[in-house]
Amino acid sequence: MKFRNVVTYLPAFAKGYIRNPLGLFFALVFPVILILIFGSVFASSGSSPVPLTVQNLDHNSATSVAFLSALNATGAVSLSFVSPSAGNLSSYLKANSLSAGLVIPDGFASDVANRTPVDLTVYTNPAAGAEAGIVEGAVAGAANAMNLRLAGGSEVVTPEFETVGGPLYKYIDYLVPGLIGFSVLVSPMFSMVNISSTWKRDKLFRQLSLTPLTRAEWLTATLLWYVSLACLSAVLMVLLGQALFGAHVTLTLLALPFLVVAPILFVSLGLLAGSVSTQPESAGVVGNIITFPMMFLSGTFFPVALFPSWLVPVAHVLPLFYVIDGLNSAMVYNNPTEVYTDLVIVVVVALVLAVAATRLFRWRED
Amino acid sequence: MSASVEVSRLVKSYGALRAVDGVDFDVRSGEVFSFLGPNGAGKTTTVEILEGLRRRTAGDVRVLGLDPWIDLARLRTRIGVTPQDFHFFPKLTPREGIRLYARLFERKVDEDELLALVQLSDKADDRYDTLSGGQHQKMGVALALVNDPELCFLDEPTTGLDPRARRAIWEVIRRLKGEGRTVFLTTHYLEEAQQLSDRISIINLGRIVATGSPDEIIRRFGRPERLRLVGESALADRLASLGLRVTRDDGAVEVELGSKADALQILETIRASGLKWESFSTRSDTLEDVFIRLVGRMENGSLPAEPEPEGGP
Ligand SMILES: Nc1ncnc2c1ncn2[C@@H]1O[C@H](COP(=O)(O)OP(=O)(O)OP(=O)(O)O)[C@@H](O)[C@H]1O
Ligand SMILES: [Mg+2]
Repeated sequence: MKFRNVVTYLPAFAKGYIRNPLGLFFALVFPVILILIFGSVFASSGSSPVPLTVQNLDHNSATSVAFLSALNATGAVSLSFVSPSAGNLSSYLKANSLSAGLVIPDGFASDVANRTPVDLTVYTNPAAGAEAGIVEGAVAGAANAMNLRLAGGSEVVTPEFETVGGPLYKYIDYLVPGLIGFSVLVSPMFSMVNISSTWKRDKLFRQLSLTPLTRAEWLTATLLWYVSLACLSAVLMVLLGQALFGAHVTLTLLALPFLVVAPILFVSLGLLAGSVSTQPESAGVVGNIITFPMMFLSGTFFPVALFPSWLVPVAHVLPLFYVIDGLNSAMVYNNPTEVYTDLVIVVVVALVLAVAATRLFRWRED
Repeated sequence: MSASVEVSRLVKSYGALRAVDGVDFDVRSGEVFSFLGPNGAGKTTTVEILEGLRRRTAGDVRVLGLDPWIDLARLRTRIGVTPQDFHFFPKLTPREGIRLYARLFERKVDEDELLALVQLSDKADDRYDTLSGGQHQKMGVALALVNDPELCFLDEPTTGLDPRARRAIWEVIRRLKGEGRTVFLTTHYLEEAQQLSDRISIINLGRIVATGSPDEIIRRFGRPERLRLVGESALADRLASLGLRVTRDDGAVEVELGSKADALQILETIRASGLKWESFSTRSDTLEDVFIRLVGRMENGSLPAEPEPEGGP
């Protein structure tokens, strides 16, 4: 193999790629759009207070106001108020599509002063899932604190809340490696499926076989191109994630092997899928049948841990899962042991597919 | 002269179809050799085998002394190829294509000169996918010349070209020959083959039916020269009564001539007879006439012509 031929051919391939806007769109623009959308939609997840609608029937007594400000201070809920004249709160919530409400009953202040047990009514919507628990916890917490003070006690045991692994991980931290995985999957798959079928139809490989460029040199140039794209996309995602959404991801050397090996894997897979048919339309269908399930089931947009249990084994047979898992371990958790396990799996699958692709992919006809 | 291409008993089967069915011919170094035959005769199949792009089923093939299927790596620097259905990378321009080839072949090439040669200068910097069919083809010819080849395979290079462009390609072929290169040409234009070729093979249904120089083929397979007369219908009977071979053709009468002098004798006879005539001319078979006869004969189910003794010096 002459590296000189690789270097000579690469710019021609790159020109052809760049002049067709679809390729760059999937490799770089689309992941940027996705990080902007998903990043903004979930930017607040976990940290933003849950809206809670309060109806104070105790004529804004000092005690009720003190209780509500204690509740507000938990930061878990954000309070909005409806006047007593709005009528039954449950109906009001329903009519306005609100999922959580609190009623402070008339006589709350005097009952508290007389130590007469008094009920606070909390409405939650079970369909809102975690939000219902947050509201219930916050109201119960504020009530307990009040009870404790009334009993003349003080807090001894105070829980401190943190997330696994040290800093507080957010969805965006997960999304950045996921979208790098997305780009590493989609950009070689879409264009290699197309190349392997249309170039065969138009006999462009035959045309190349009449030049000194060998198949190995062609493949090397192509891989270099997709590895560069993968690295570019990784840098772009990390910078955007950090700058716009404060993502806790780092561009570590540990991530680099995935950015090299994954393109080899998906270029080979794309070549194989495309060589099923010389009709670009049918080849495209085959490509999509492989690409789309892999894209959604490998944990690109959401952690596989959130999948229903029957779907988890499916994710575990998809090579992209290990790429994303590995990128996560490298860029978010900085956990080399995990990285190596994932890397071994990705390397083995890449090797098998690369060998199959070079075996089955012929330039000349028998 | 030595042979650039030697083919013997070449067979290529696609499943049950024997597209090339035991073909023998040689192409001599420095000549323009044309391969003629109807659609589906097996021309492209044969050419692609010679170019090392297709594996043969049986037979022996040597191109510049090499087995093209096995030795393509060594052969490709020495041959130039314009495939019949040439395509190129849609987003590259002719100039970029030529540069790419020149770098890969490690040749210094004047792109402008090469593009001018095939009349593609005005489209030098337009992307391939914006060029017309004929312009695509011109680029195919240009690329075949980048590596300064000893032997060029041009599979229907002029099909679909306008008359001016076709003449430009003819000039290219003449120039290649003038530079001592060998040209293997495939064409459906018999006049073109007749003008350009030193030798020709006609192939039909995978078999060679004639090989030789255009003149040899016409002499061997064509009918004798004929005198063609237009005049009153009694002319035909009169000439037939003299024992001449007479055919009627679209209101005219044709008489086969043993030699040119026969024509004078016949005309004298007619003048003496007082029969009315309007015009006369002599006519000999063109390569096209011979081609139609040879190819038609096989389609009528009869066997191809007996193998020819090698002509020439
Ligand atoms: N890849 C293939 N698979 C099966 N059959 C083929 C293939 N290529 C050619 N053939 C058949 O082989 C025969 C010869 O084809 P070939 O292309 O060599 O003809 P040709 O002489 O070049 O014709 P044309 O003048 O139309 O270019 C045809 O009957 C064709 O259908
Ligand atoms: Mg052909």
